[in-house]
Amino acid sequence: MTDALSPAAGIPKAKPARRDIGIKRRYAAERRFRAYGIAALSFGIIFLLILIWSVVSKGYTAFQQTMITVPVEFSEQVIDPQNERATDPQKLMTANYPILARNAVAKVLGVAENDRAGLRAVNQMISDGVRTQLRDMVVANPSLIGTTQTVSLLAAGDLDSAFKGQIDLSVPETNRKVSDRQVGWMNQLAESGALAKHFNTGIFVNGASSRPEAAGVGVALIGSFYMMLIVLVLSLPIGVAASIYLEEFAPKNRFTDLIEVNINNLAAVPSIVYGLLGLAVFVNFAGLPRSASLVGGLVLTLMTLPTIIIATRAALKAVPPSIRAAALGLGASKMQTIFHHVLPLAMPGILTGTIIGLAHALGETAPLLLIGMVAFVANYPTTPLDPSTALPVQIYMWANEAERAFVERTSGAIIILLLFLIVMNVGAILLRRRFERRW
Amino acid sequence: MNMMSEAAVEKALDQKMSDVSHKMIGKDVSVYYGEKRALFDVNLNVRENTVTALIGPSGCGKSTFLRCLNRMNDTIENCRVTGKITLDTDDIYDPQIDVVELRARVGMVFQKPNPFPKSIYENIAYGPRIHGLARNKADMDQIVEASLQRAGLWTEVKDRLHESGTGLSGGQQQRLCIARAVAVSPEVILMDEPCSALDPIATAKVEELIHELRANYTIVIVTHSMQQAARVSQRTAMFHLGQLVEENDTDKMFTNPDDQRTQDYIMGRFG
Repeated sequence: MTDALSPAAGIPKAKPARRDIGIKRRYAAERRFRAYGIAALSFGIIFLLILIWSVVSKGYTAFQQTMITVPVEFSEQVIDPQNERATDPQKLMTANYPILARNAVAKVLGVAENDRAGLRAVNQMISDGVRTQLRDMVVANPSLIGTTQTVSLLAAGDLDSAFKGQIDLSVPETNRKVSDRQVGWMNQLAESGALAKHFNTGIFVNGASSRPEAAGVGVALIGSFYMMLIVLVLSLPIGVAASIYLEEFAPKNRFTDLIEVNINNLAAVPSIVYGLLGLAVFVNFAGLPRSASLVGGLVLTLMTLPTIIIATRAALKAVPPSIRAAALGLGASKMQTIFHHVLPLAMPGILTGTIIGLAHALGETAPLLLIGMVAFVANYPTTPLDPSTALPVQIYMWANEAERAFVERTSGAIIILLLFLIVMNVGAILLRRRFERRW
Repeated sequence: MNMMSEAAVEKALDQKMSDVSHKMIGKDVSVYYGEKRALFDVNLNVRENTVTALIGPSGCGKSTFLRCLNRMNDTIENCRVTGKITLDTDDIYDPQIDVVELRARVGMVFQKPNPFPKSIYENIAYGPRIHGLARNKADMDQIVEASLQRAGLWTEVKDRLHESGTGLSGGQQQRLCIARAVAVSPEVILMDEPCSALDPIATAKVEELIHELRANYTIVIVTHSMQQAARVSQRTAMFHLGQLVEENDTDKMFTNPDDQRTQDYIMGRFG
């Protein structure tokens, strides 16, 4: 042993010839490899930037909505000419409110009352959504009848597009949706300050509508929220329990190997297959309602489970065996070892896997199409059993609409979805930091 | 016990050694990993309040035997133990024996320091807590302090009991692990190469600690270092290829062993 330390005596000190081991080529290969890496990374970043730029540049206008602010006369002749509102509660619900809005705008523009074509053109500038807007005002406060109030009326989708410069005004008048007369009025109203862009709260709170200016992702947000809640509540405990059993308790034999292979394969099964499964099991067999976020949540739970199980098993495997040995050596039972030591250490990995699974589920569209969540739902779902849609499905539906104003809304909804995904991923990172411990 | 004079301790220990009471008795112990047999009918007795060193070349089965003594081999898939091992009068492989209770009586310290990634206090308190040894917080504080005192770590860590145990140096971590094992008041402490990851100064401290612990505990230590075996143990057992070659008083073992293979190993001719 000590021989190695003593100087080797008797060996001539001739300098050995340098062998050519290709150092230059090695370095060149390393540089090349780094260049490939940087190129691949830049490629990815460029496409990410293009995606974000295209979505944001098309979609940011969706968060603004053109409104026409005019004094509206709540004329009794129009709303309730026979003065029946005390006896017939339907009267206020069915009154012809759009006429009030049309008259108000026509008055500001100076369109004569007998100019029928002019009045029709004015009517086209206002969204049909004013019907509910004015009705809600009057129903909430019937004393408004007979008074004149300044109201911001929702502009029609085509006028909104024209005002945002999305309609090419150089094409012949007959080939576009806004006439020269309407454009003139639009400029007139804009100059007087009556017509302006406001922040669009409607896109967040409104339900489905065939009129783009009144359409929003409100129902889809609620539906997605219910589904995420169901997925989290079901898949986290089931997934973690399954992983702990498979990783720590199950005997290693052919059968458990088969289960493991199947779980890995399930993670790669196309999501639409889960939709078919959900349709067959939950809707047709169990008789749960179609289009309900409960069914959507169940289907997404099935889809997310393999992801969570794989992530959890990896996190459990990553806990050093020395920690298990330490706990077992102290006389902790297997259960105590797992719940007191292994699971807390695996928590960051489990949470990261869960949130990535949830984010995946949030963006999933195909299985929801099959269970009927691609539906026109205008009313808020109060329970998960009510029909609803989901954010990605709403995007899909808007992308199929013809009106110009739906283009920006599609991109706007994508921005909302991406924001949620970013928030979830940031949450995953924060949780991981919070729970991360050294050993 | 620390207060007792060195001479008194030695005397008391010599007294006990002359009685030769066996704490653990292994009879025809064989271990199989699947088809492979790792131990061949080992008969080895562990004397009470004695440090027994297990030596031998790598893969000779000394760690395997050590892990039989508190049934840590149970955690290895396909591992099968035959023969009989008793602790006092209890057969530890009896189905009636609760392995959790056994491990509370036979503690273990591992090769690499493996404190839990928790505070120093929590590291010590965990064992007593799961075994219900403390009735209240004051009891627990007392156990933690006494255990750290025993492990000679109290003065170094008493001001930072609530800092992470993983922030200590390697040697301190290993003594923390010994304190953790001591905290559940075991009868036997098994040590699997406890100093192989430590520097010489930390090693010296741990060896000193082993020497002191002998008064209260029966210790079985696996070591690769002949010098360490000679320094800390009173009895030494030499393993080779899964067989117990020789078991003897340490003094005799290192000066005049009965077996030629022991002689060769100690002289560094193989291993």
